[in-house]
Amino acid sequence: MATLTLRDLRKSYGSFEVIKGVDLAIADREFVVFVGPSGCGKSTLLRMIAGLEEITAGELDIDGKVVNRVGPADRGLAMVFQSYALYPHMTVRQNMGFALRLARVPKAERDRKVNEAARVLQLEPYLDRRPKDLSGGQRQRVAIGRAIVRQPKVFLFDEPLSNLDAALRGQMRMELLRLHEALKATMIYVTHDQIEAMTMADKIVVLQAGRVEQVGSPLDLYHHPANLFVAGFIGSPRMNMMPVTAAVVGDAAVTVGLVSGQQIAVPASGGATRPGDALTLGIRPEGLHIDPAGPILVTVSLVERLGGLTLLHVKAAGDQDLTVQIEGGDPTRAHEQIRLAIDPAACHLFDKAGQALPRPARHTLAA
Amino acid sequence: MVPSVAVLLAWMIVPLVMTVWFSFQRYNLIDPSMTGFAGIDNYRFLVTDPDFWVSLENTLLLVGSVLIVTVGLGTLLAVLFNQPFPGRNIARVLAISPFFVMPTVSALIWKNLLMHPIYGVFGTLASSVGMQPVDWFADYPLASVIAIVSWEWLPFALLILLTAVQSLDHEQREAARMDGAGPIAQFVFITLPHLSRAIGVVIMIETIFLLTVFAEIFVTTSGGPGNATTNLAFLIYARALLQYDIGGASAGGVVAIVLANIVAFFLVRSIARRLEI
Ligand SMILES: Nc1ncnc2c1ncn2[C@@H]1O[C@H](COP(=O)(O)OP(=O)(O)OP(=O)(O)O)[C@@H](O)[C@H]1O
Ligand SMILES: [Mg+2]
Repeated sequence: MATLTLRDLRKSYGSFEVIKGVDLAIADREFVVFVGPSGCGKSTLLRMIAGLEEITAGELDIDGKVVNRVGPADRGLAMVFQSYALYPHMTVRQNMGFALRLARVPKAERDRKVNEAARVLQLEPYLDRRPKDLSGGQRQRVAIGRAIVRQPKVFLFDEPLSNLDAALRGQMRMELLRLHEALKATMIYVTHDQIEAMTMADKIVVLQAGRVEQVGSPLDLYHHPANLFVAGFIGSPRMNMMPVTAAVVGDAAVTVGLVSGQQIAVPASGGATRPGDALTLGIRPEGLHIDPAGPILVTVSLVERLGGLTLLHVKAAGDQDLTVQIEGGDPTRAHEQIRLAIDPAACHLFDKAGQALPRPARHTLAA
Repeated sequence: MVPSVAVLLAWMIVPLVMTVWFSFQRYNLIDPSMTGFAGIDNYRFLVTDPDFWVSLENTLLLVGSVLIVTVGLGTLLAVLFNQPFPGRNIARVLAISPFFVMPTVSALIWKNLLMHPIYGVFGTLASSVGMQPVDWFADYPLASVIAIVSWEWLPFALLILLTAVQSLDHEQREAARMDGAGPIAQFVFITLPHLSRAIGVVIMIETIFLLTVFAEIFVTTSGGPGNATTNLAFLIYARALLQYDIGGASAGGVVAIVLANIVAFFLVRSIARRLEI
């Protein structure tokens, strides 16, 4: 059992506020991922939860108890660092057993726990090696093993896979998910890797400049971004953004005019929008299709063929750069002129302040 | 290649061979008639001379004590100076500055300005609280020399160890904190092992220089009272230039070389093993 509650958590270095009031509830056994651009305060927030960074203001509860003044070792958390932070002069066994040794756990029990963790992580052949004699992936597993051995209520990870190559990262992702299921623990995971966030999270927290922009399931954020920042941050390749003007505003649909003059009726509730207001239309690359009868005339500037997918980078009227994603192969070549159709149901509208106009129909998979 | 190696070899070998050669010669500066091969007489006189054994003991005591003081204190200060506190940079400069004082000068300062029972600061302090001033060089001669030499070498140890402490990965220390290590456990299990290599280097370099401490003794006690502060270097000097016995001095020199090599052998071996970690 481990639930966490963050109430208006703040952190300042001198007069420079890094975390500007974060409210968040994390349920038991939840896998929460913090994402955000570099320098937005992900690590700082994680370290505040860990107890390595003092909390300037606000309250942090673990299982209903305020732990602001509790030391890092007594919060029942374990952390896996980006640099692994293994103790270089200790063997793998000593590294993993260090916390138990400090807690004066008898040697027999210590060995049992270390061996058990080593078995789970397939580290048994390396127990008597030192960290420098291990590969990157093995070191990563030792770092995780060191956390497991303590049987913490909450695991904290700060970009644990960023030093691994792509293949190993995919494999470790699976292993972490397997561990999450086996250990039945709450996990908080910092990354700036889209794929890690989308595939692993029960809940993604998008941070920007020390503030939470949106909290939700991966598909929730993907299909119902709350604002322009989240819309642009989640999803790769990025969502296309086009300036549009509101023409007809209704509660179930807003008709907008593109730069080219065509009009599209987007299912969204207009709210306070008035006809004539400038809006931003967001459309993901898979929401655009090649259609000889389509309303948007574009020139292809670059074609990326990924085998299963084809990405067309095109230029539309008004020097607007767009990306189109097409399933399978496509014969289109650079410098050709093509016409694109927009799927209105896949469109997002954002007002001048960057807030999304609510979409009445929820995506079936977005909880 | 060959010429430079030849020059280097000559550079090292010639003085060595001459020292060894003289150590088997009858050679006294005030008695030119004393010449010829002496066999092992010079060595026999040396090892049967109680002064020699005392000087050997003093040498080892001096080296050992200064090492303990500088490494121990240096480690503590390095850890302390790595913590943020107001005025840390100034404190660091102050702690390092004795390094820039010449041995002769620092010995003179300690002798006349600090430890002198009448004019010295320590004496004045003692009298001001009603205690009898201590005549350091008369009552605790070797300890006084050890104090001076430690004061000179502490900055060196501190400098090397501080750099080493600063190079400790801070995530490692944080991992230890998460694992439940308090300040002392962090020091014992994380910082100290991390410093072991730097400590080895400090010990090795200091030992090489401490075996030949001379100026401090010459300026303060001249090896006395009696032979209380005569180390091997001072004994050789005394033999050669006070008693004009070049043969005997050379024998002492050879012993010093052998001693330095034995120490160096063990140190290099133990440090080489450390470096493998
Ligand atoms: N000790 C410190 N003193 C002052 N500012 C700090 C300190 N530590 C971090 N910051 C600032 O806090 C902000 C957040 O840093 P943080 O390390 O949490 O970013 P991050 O989101 O983890 O970025 P990244 O993805 O690059 O790791 C940064 O702007 C950083 O400059
Ligand atoms: Mg970070």
